[in-house]
Amino acid sequence: MGSRSLPWKLPVLLLCTIVAVSLSATGCGKKTVNPSASVYKIGAVLSLSGPAAPLGQPEQNSLLMLEEQLNAGEGVNGHKVQFIIEDDQSNPANAAAAITKLINQEGVSAMIGSSSTGATLAMVPVAEAAKVTLVCCAAGTAITKPVKKYIFRTPPTDSMAIDKVLAYLKTNLKIKQIAILHDANAYGTGGATELAAKAPTAGIQVVANESYGSTDTDMTAQLTKIQQTPAQALVVWGTNPGPASIAKNMQQLAMKIPFIGSNGIANKTFITLAGTAANGVSFPGGRMLIPASIPTGTEWRNAVDKFTADYKAKYGKDADTFAAHGWDAGTILTTAMKTAGTDKTMIQSTVQATKGLVGIDGIYNYSATNHDGLTVSDLMMIQIQNGAWVQIK
Amino acid sequence: MSTNDSRQVRLLWGSVAVVAAIVVATLIDKGSIGLQLILSGLTVGSIYALVAMGFSVIYSTTRVINFAQGGFSMLGGMLMYTFSVQAHLPPWLGLILAVAIVTAFGAGFERAAINPLKDKSVITIIIITIGLSIFMTAVAKWIWGTDPVKIAAFTGEKPLRFLGASLVPQSLWVFGFTLLAVVLVFAFFNRTLLGKGMRAAADNPDAASLVGVSSSTSSLVAWTLAAGLGAAAGVVIAPINFAQYSAGTTLGLKGFSAAVLGGLGSAPGAVVGGLVLGVLETITASYLPSGYKDAVAFLILILVLLVRPQGLLGKPESVKV
Repeated sequence: MGSRSLPWKLPVLLLCTIVAVSLSATGCGKKTVNPSASVYKIGAVLSLSGPAAPLGQPEQNSLLMLEEQLNAGEGVNGHKVQFIIEDDQSNPANAAAAITKLINQEGVSAMIGSSSTGATLAMVPVAEAAKVTLVCCAAGTAITKPVKKYIFRTPPTDSMAIDKVLAYLKTNLKIKQIAILHDANAYGTGGATELAAKAPTAGIQVVANESYGSTDTDMTAQLTKIQQTPAQALVVWGTNPGPASIAKNMQQLAMKIPFIGSNGIANKTFITLAGTAANGVSFPGGRMLIPASIPTGTEWRNAVDKFTADYKAKYGKDADTFAAHGWDAGTILTTAMKTAGTDKTMIQSTVQATKGLVGIDGIYNYSATNHDGLTVSDLMMIQIQNGAWVQIK
Repeated sequence: MSTNDSRQVRLLWGSVAVVAAIVVATLIDKGSIGLQLILSGLTVGSIYALVAMGFSVIYSTTRVINFAQGGFSMLGGMLMYTFSVQAHLPPWLGLILAVAIVTAFGAGFERAAINPLKDKSVITIIIITIGLSIFMTAVAKWIWGTDPVKIAAFTGEKPLRFLGASLVPQSLWVFGFTLLAVVLVFAFFNRTLLGKGMRAAADNPDAASLVGVSSSTSSLVAWTLAAGLGAAAGVVIAPINFAQYSAGTTLGLKGFSAAVLGGLGSAPGAVVGGLVLGVLETITASYLPSGYKDAVAFLILILVLLVRPQGLLGKPESVKV
C-alpha cells in the first residue's frame, strides 16, 4: 500500500515544498508593500520658509519619517504612500495656489496643512469645493468653527490653551488681576482678545493689554507700563523670539510677577534664547513634551516613546509638538485610507468616524460636530526649572 | 549767510529743540521710568546707529544706498554663532573670523557685481544691492535654518542698576563700539588722505582720478569698510537681538531711516539719527499702543525728506550747472 501511494504523493510533496519556500521567501505572515499596487498620494502644504517655518519644518520631517516607515513595512494596505509636500512660504495666497495645484495636477486623495491659521483658512474653500479631506496642523479657532465637512485638525486649539492658562491662574495661582502682552500678529492678537473675553468668567480682571511687533527686540517700554499696574501675573501670547526677549527684559527690570506664556513657547528654542530668564516661566503644552507624564504601559506612552526615539535618531534633534502635529495628521489619513482607499467621500466619512486613535499629541475622537479631535485635557501646564520642563501637577 | 542757509540752520536747531523737549517732558512725566525708557531707547538707537554708519560709508563715497547693509550685520551675527557656539572657539577669535569672512565677502561682491557696472546709473546699482540682500537672507536660511540663535553676552547678563533704571552689560559694549566706530570712521574720512580722497571721488570722479584717486579703488575700500563695520556691529548686537536669518531686512530698514534722519554720508549724523530714532520710538511705545512704534520710524523718514532732505547733520546737495 505504501509503494502504490508514493508516485502521487511525490508531486503533492513537491507542491507543498514550493509553497512553503515561496511563503518563507516573502516572509510568512509579514505583509510588505506590493510594488505593482498604485501609490497613494497625499498632498501637504506646509510653511517651510517665512515666519512659520519653525512650525512647518518639523511637520515635514515627521511626514517624511512616516512615509519611510510605512513604505518599509506594509504601506497603506499594501500600497506605497507618497506625501507630496509644497512650501507656502507662510503666505496664505501661496497656500491656496499650492493646494489647487496638488488637487488638480497631482491628483492627491487627501490633504494635510498648513502650519499656521492664516494659510489654512486660505486652503479651506479649495478643499471644500473639491471635496478633499484636509487635516490641518494649525490651532486657530476659526478653522473648525463652524465645523466644515472636509476640514479636520490635529493640534489642541488656541482656545484650549487659553482655557488651560485661565484654569491655572484661577485654581493654582489664585490670581485676580493679570496683564497681557501679545504679539501684534494674528496669532497674538487673536489669543489676547479671547483671553480678555474669557478672563472675567474665571474671576480675573485684565488690568493691562499691551502689544509688541513680531521683530521687536526690546519690550522694556511696555513692561514699565505694566509695572505701574496692580497686575499679579503677566500672560505673554506670541511665538519666538518675542517672549524670550520679554523674559530677559523682565529679568533686567527685576520684575517678580510670574510669566505665563502660550503654547507658542512650547519648544527648547525658548529656553536656549532666554537663558536663565526662562526659569520660572510656565506655559500650556502637549504631554509628549514630558513623556513621563503619560502613564507607562499605555499605548499612548509607547507611541510617544517610539516616535521621540525614532525622530531623534533620524534627525538628531528632539521632536517637538509641531513634529507631533505633522505625524498625527499623516497617521489619521493613512489609517483612514487603509479602509477607504482613494475614495474621497469614504476618506471623509472614515476620518470623521475616527474614535480612540492613538496619536502623539493625544488620542483622537472625531464626530460630525467635532472636527478638533483633542480636548483641553490633552494639554498640561509645564514650568521651566533649571532649564528643563517640569509638569505642574 | 543767505536766507536759505539761515532757514536751514533754524530748521536744524528747531528739530533739536523738539527732540530735547520730548525727552525732558518724558523724564518729568514718568520720573525714573522715563530714565529707563531713555536708556532702552539709547540701546536700541545705538544698534540703528551702527547699521546707519555702514550706509553712510558707502553713500559718502559712491552715492549708492546699500540695502544689503543690514544683511552684513545679520551675517556677522550668524557667523559668530557658528564659531563661538557651534565650534566652541573663544569669543575674540569668533569675532575676528566672523568680521574677516564678511569683509572678504563684501569686497568680493564689490569686485564681482558693483565694479563691472560702475558706468551704470546709481539706481541700477541700488537695485543690485536689494538683490544681494535677498540672496544673503536665502543663503542664511539655507545654512542656519529659521530659528533665532543665542550668543553669549561678552561680560554676562547681570543688569546694572542706577537711579531706578537698569541696563544689561551688553548695552555698554554696544555704546562703546558705536563710539569707537564713529571716531574711527570720522577720522578716516576727514583726517586721512585716502579718506578725503574717497569723498572727493564721490563728488567729482573725473577730477579726483586726475589727481590720482581712482573711484574704482575708493568703491572697493568703501564696501570693505562697510562690510567689516556691519559685521562687527552684528556681532556686538547679537547677544541682545538674537541673530536670525531674517534680521537683515528689519535692521536695514531702521538703519536706513536713521541714516536719512541724521544725514546720509555723515558718520556722526548716523549716530545722532540712530539715537534720536531709538529714543523717540521707545517713548512712543510707552504712550501710544506699541504698534505705532514702527510708524514713528517711517513718519520721521517722510518728514525729513519733505522738510530737510539732507538730514540733521548733512550738507545740502547742490549741483553746479
